[in-house]
Amino acid sequence: MQVEQISVFLENRAGRLAEVSAILAEAGVNIRALSLADTSDFGVLRLIVNNNEKAMETLKNAGFTVGKTNVLAVEVEDRPGGLHKILDVLYNSGINVEYMYAFVQQSGNNAVMIFRFDQTEKAMNVLAENNINTIDGKTLYTM
Amino acid sequence: MIYDMEFETLPREALVAIQLQRLQTTLERVYATVPFYRKKFQEAGVKPSDIQRLDDLKKLPFTTKQDLRDNYPFGMFAVPMDNVVRIHASSGTTGKPTVVGYTARDINTWASLMARALAAGGATRGDIIHNAYGYGLFTGGLGVHYGAEKLGASVIPVSGGNTKRQIVIMKDFGPTILTATPSYTLHLTEVAEELGVDFRDLSFKFGIFGAEPWSEKMRGEIEKKTGMTAVDIYGLSEVMGPGVAIECHEAKKGLHVFEDHFIPEIINPDTGEVMPYGEPGELVFTTITKEAFPIIRYRTRDITSLNPEPCICGRSMLRMNRVSGRTDDMLIIRGVNVFPSQIESVLMEMEEVEPHYQLIVDREGNLDKLTVKVELGEKAFTDEVKGLQSIEQKISKNIKDYLGVSAKVKLVEPKAIARSEGKAVRVIDNRKF
Repeated sequence: MQVEQISVFLENRAGRLAEVSAILAEAGVNIRALSLADTSDFGVLRLIVNNNEKAMETLKNAGFTVGKTNVLAVEVEDRPGGLHKILDVLYNSGINVEYMYAFVQQSGNNAVMIFRFDQTEKAMNVLAENNINTIDGKTLYTM
Repeated sequence: MIYDMEFETLPREALVAIQLQRLQTTLERVYATVPFYRKKFQEAGVKPSDIQRLDDLKKLPFTTKQDLRDNYPFGMFAVPMDNVVRIHASSGTTGKPTVVGYTARDINTWASLMARALAAGGATRGDIIHNAYGYGLFTGGLGVHYGAEKLGASVIPVSGGNTKRQIVIMKDFGPTILTATPSYTLHLTEVAEELGVDFRDLSFKFGIFGAEPWSEKMRGEIEKKTGMTAVDIYGLSEVMGPGVAIECHEAKKGLHVFEDHFIPEIINPDTGEVMPYGEPGELVFTTITKEAFPIIRYRTRDITSLNPEPCICGRSMLRMNRVSGRTDDMLIIRGVNVFPSQIESVLMEMEEVEPHYQLIVDREGNLDKLTVKVELGEKAFTDEVKGLQSIEQKISKNIKDYLGVSAKVKLVEPKAIARSEGKAVRVIDNRKF
């Protein structure tokens, strides 16, 4: 159950991030989670939103470089060792985490983390085998 | 010291007579042996015999860097390859370098002129010359080297780079003359300082600096930091290499052109009209003694003016003033010629980026720094930072491989580089010369 994430290429200059948020606000797109990876020159903004199509279209029209990536939204038990349990099974299966960040809302009593793995399909299977719950896009966008 | 007293102090009338005779011989020869020149002269309706006075030179067509590229690699050589003993090349705008050749006599002439230049800059046969110009296809290193040997000085062929080792050599060998680009010289002083060596405590007396634009201000800085007398040298491979013109250390006010081998003219770059002495314009050279690669009215794209006033050093050759700029968009970065179009061709070959770019040149500390801003292509975008960084590194590597110059690459958003109505602003040069 993969989740679509959109990403935006941003130059490191003042006000550029605010432009993205303004465009999305105007389009009525709700940002559910985000992370910003940056270097001294540029940044990559990763977003989970409630309307991918609209977000991509409006950002592209505004001249941004936008990409789409499949990520996994994984339920993490909200207790010590909760994250470790997940990383451990993935590590044992030879799967690497490219990046991860937290989702704002909880799913029941669990926290939600967004993961980008080097082998998404395999990660899904490993997580399922270990009874670790992933959340599908439809549910996630409206959480 | 004047190395060649007879020729360097020739009275004007005698010099003009020699120039005319050598020019006529050169023209007869290129007309007979280089199809390019014969065709060009015929198109312009002029024959070598039409050149009866030096002033007639202006009847002849110009030669440009494009002509050299069109005749790549050896099309403009005036002797059979059997007689060519050396080949040098400099970077060109389309990936094709500009190739020049030398006969044994040319090499000897060059060595003599470089010996004159070194002597004008303060060197004598008793000196040790630390030659930090690059050895190789670039004419700087070998040009100075042969001149130093001709002069009878001791030359250390250290070439460029490995700066720390250079400082050790300077300390241990005690060179008295430094030949290098001005920016590398300032870099040397910084590295010396890091190593706890004060340049002024070294044995240097004179420095002969060129291959890139520099200023009076930079001269002041170099002289202050190194304790040596700094002079400017000028040359380009198309004409010969270093040693076309040199400042004398006595006056340090303009570069004496070795007019018994090269005829300089200043033209209006837009109309081609010859300008009077003192007026700034594009420097044009005609070689009058070269055998393998004579060149007629070559447009250097360098902007300067000529000064016929007598000089306190006793040389009768007129002086060209410090080069103040270029008529084209060529940049000289750490002594390497860089045309924006060369960067463009590197970018064109890469799918990851759009061919919209901007070059920014800064001088950080004393070294030139080139930054290439380039727009990221839609398809190459990845949400992983390392993927984007590897694109930057790949571009940087390609530029280094292709142009021999290090550049920092910065990916920017599509359309981030301003498109103007007319000519795009491709270059921002923040250096102050």
